Amino acid sequence: MTRPRTLYEKIWDAHVVEQRPDGTCLIFIDRHLVHEVTSPQAFAGLRASGRTVRRPDLTLAVPDHNLPTTARRDAAGNRLPIADPESAAQLAALEKNAPEYGIRYIDAVAPEQGIVHVVGPEQGFSLPGTTIVCGDSHTACHGGIGALAFGIGTSEVEHVLATQTLLLQPAKTMEVRVDGDVGPGVSAKDIILHITGVIGAAGGTGHVIEYTGSAIRGLSIEGRLTVSNMAIEGGARAGLIAPDDVTFAYLKGRPYAPKGADWEAAVAYWRSLATDPGASYDKTVVIDAADIAPSVTWGTSPEDVVPITGIVPDPASFADPSKQAAAAKSLAYMGLEPGTRMQDVAIENIFIGSCTNSRIEDMRAAAAVIKGRKKADNVRWAIVVPGSGLVKAQAEAEGLDRIFIDAGLEWREPGCSACLAMNPDKVPAGERCASTSNRNFVGRQGPGSRTHLVSPAMAAAAAVTGKLTDVRELMG
Amino acid sequence: MTPLEKVEGRAIPLGLKNVDTDVIIPAHWLKTTSREGMGRGAFESLRADPDNLFDRPENKGAPILIAGDNFGCGSSREHAAWALGDLGIRVVIAPSYSDIFSGNAVKNGILPVVLPQAAVDRLIEVAATDPIQVDLDTQTVTTPFQDRFTFEIDPFRKMCLLGGLDEISLTEKSGGAIDAYEAKLAAERPWLQPALTE
Ligand code: SF4
Repeated sequence: MTRPRTLYEKIWDAHVVEQRPDGTCLIFIDRHLVHEVTSPQAFAGLRASGRTVRRPDLTLAVPDHNLPTTARRDAAGNRLPIADPESAAQLAALEKNAPEYGIRYIDAVAPEQGIVHVVGPEQGFSLPGTTIVCGDSHTACHGGIGALAFGIGTSEVEHVLATQTLLLQPAKTMEVRVDGDVGPGVSAKDIILHITGVIGAAGGTGHVIEYTGSAIRGLSIEGRLTVSNMAIEGGARAGLIAPDDVTFAYLKGRPYAPKGADWEAAVAYWRSLATDPGASYDKTVVIDAADIAPSVTWGTSPEDVVPITGIVPDPASFADPSKQAAAAKSLAYMGLEPGTRMQDVAIENIFIGSCTNSRIEDMRAAAAVIKGRKKADNVRWAIVVPGSGLVKAQAEAEGLDRIFIDAGLEWREPGCSACLAMNPDKVPAGERCASTSNRNFVGRQGPGSRTHLVSPAMAAAAAVTGKLTDVRELMG
Repeated sequence: MTPLEKVEGRAIPLGLKNVDTDVIIPAHWLKTTSREGMGRGAFESLRADPDNLFDRPENKGAPILIAGDNFGCGSSREHAAWALGDLGIRVVIAPSYSDIFSGNAVKNGILPVVLPQAAVDRLIEVAATDPIQVDLDTQTVTTPFQDRFTFEIDPFRKMCLLGGLDEISLTEKSGGAIDAYEAKLAAERPWLQPALTE
């Protein structure tokens, strides 16, 4: 009998091309997603060494990080130029490199364009049991459908383009089990914020986290992608959620997903991937779903999480002296005093979007809170940025865009937007943003910007009250 | 890549914990299509302070950086390693790193040394006034005061750093194994081929 194995071990074992004496393995990569920021230097490297792309058929390129989220065509249907010369150069490089190397390319005005981590699952390009890489740390997102997916740097992008493999050390395994049911107003985002608060920003270092338990099983694919997206914020190499009927129903019929007899064979294989009874993880953390409240960050690390009913902590309350120093620094940057109720923190900017929370379910959750209400006067800027053109079209078909626009929020074109300060969507220095993205780092949303990470419903609640708000109070 | 064996010189005693890649190189520096010149943007937010550690005359061109836990966390941007390299850093010493950062560092000829917090604290103390020596071959960090700390490193990474080796060329030697794997995959899991192919 073979030893019981975890989901991670099964995927890993199925991808070993070669094992080195020191345990390092050459791992085959099934899917490579490419965007404009981390690829130009990789293509330049290929060109300099006269190499080609080994498997263009397993590679998909789409621009997202730099694209402005304002209209991309003028009234006559002509494509509008990108004002920032450096953004334009990166976008032009991808547009040239992809066809030159025979790589499938979704262009900036294609209906399927969107954030690479939204597009992959949506197109059925990302599949369970596959290895997926992308030059972006939130590649962990695809773990939500049961793929072993991780972010890589530009040298590795070049390595995968040239060889379709990566040289990797096996990771340790960690189970984060969320048992029970979450209460009303508690979303997938609150689950992962809470988890990050519990395990810490380095809690998963060296590990691949498998999220298990009834609260995870009960999530839709959108919710699972949200959870796995932030595995990296807990320091993990990747996140994983075992594929099940919910996953298969989501993927069936998507453009790149297997069809016909192939589909049946694929599903049979995917079913065999779940962690075997009796398999053990190197580490297990158990969380009671009932303990999870709508959550919010107060500092500049994603581990700085409190329930919305909580207060800004006193740095002295942390046992670890270096955490005390980091917390004090965070609070100075965030302009917050210990003891302040989170619900008393006024907000000037709202960002609903990013690969964490820009899928149709996120749009619906935000719209449900906004509906029939108006943006608060002190909220200067509030944007809703769907994760892809397909999410945008679906939301518009459901009339969600009207709900946002009527309330005074802006409805934008798909892209990374205010998740990171690379395109025109930025939060001004010293101002706060209730953001559904994944990182509250110093300067992440623009130099001096102050980010509070929240769920889409919580961001919507802040938009209508003008301060961080417990969304449960707005629910009928 | 320049081979790395012994590095001796000033060490910048940064010491901070959770230094993320946005701090190492802010996002607005990522909008390039080449690898050079990133050092100017390195630690921009910290260097806004006129009395910052990096721009003190004695630390100019220092080849070593000492940091706290979880150095290089956050975004996977390899620009962080390019920025450190462009700044002249060849060795980082910290109690722990993000996985992505340490991989990127090695690929760019930068050695991430892992030492326990107590050793890091001691080195920070020494670095205030004196140089530090790092020897990759013997896996040791030493000071002029007879301190001697040994560190662990993955043997493959060590070999790459010592030899200044390019990973793609190494992998290409396994071309036959990759061919064989692809053939097996096409037979066993044919549905992996993306359904829509031009
Ligand atoms: S939305 Fe943010 S985290 Fe996601 S891919 Fe874009 S920049 Fe990265």
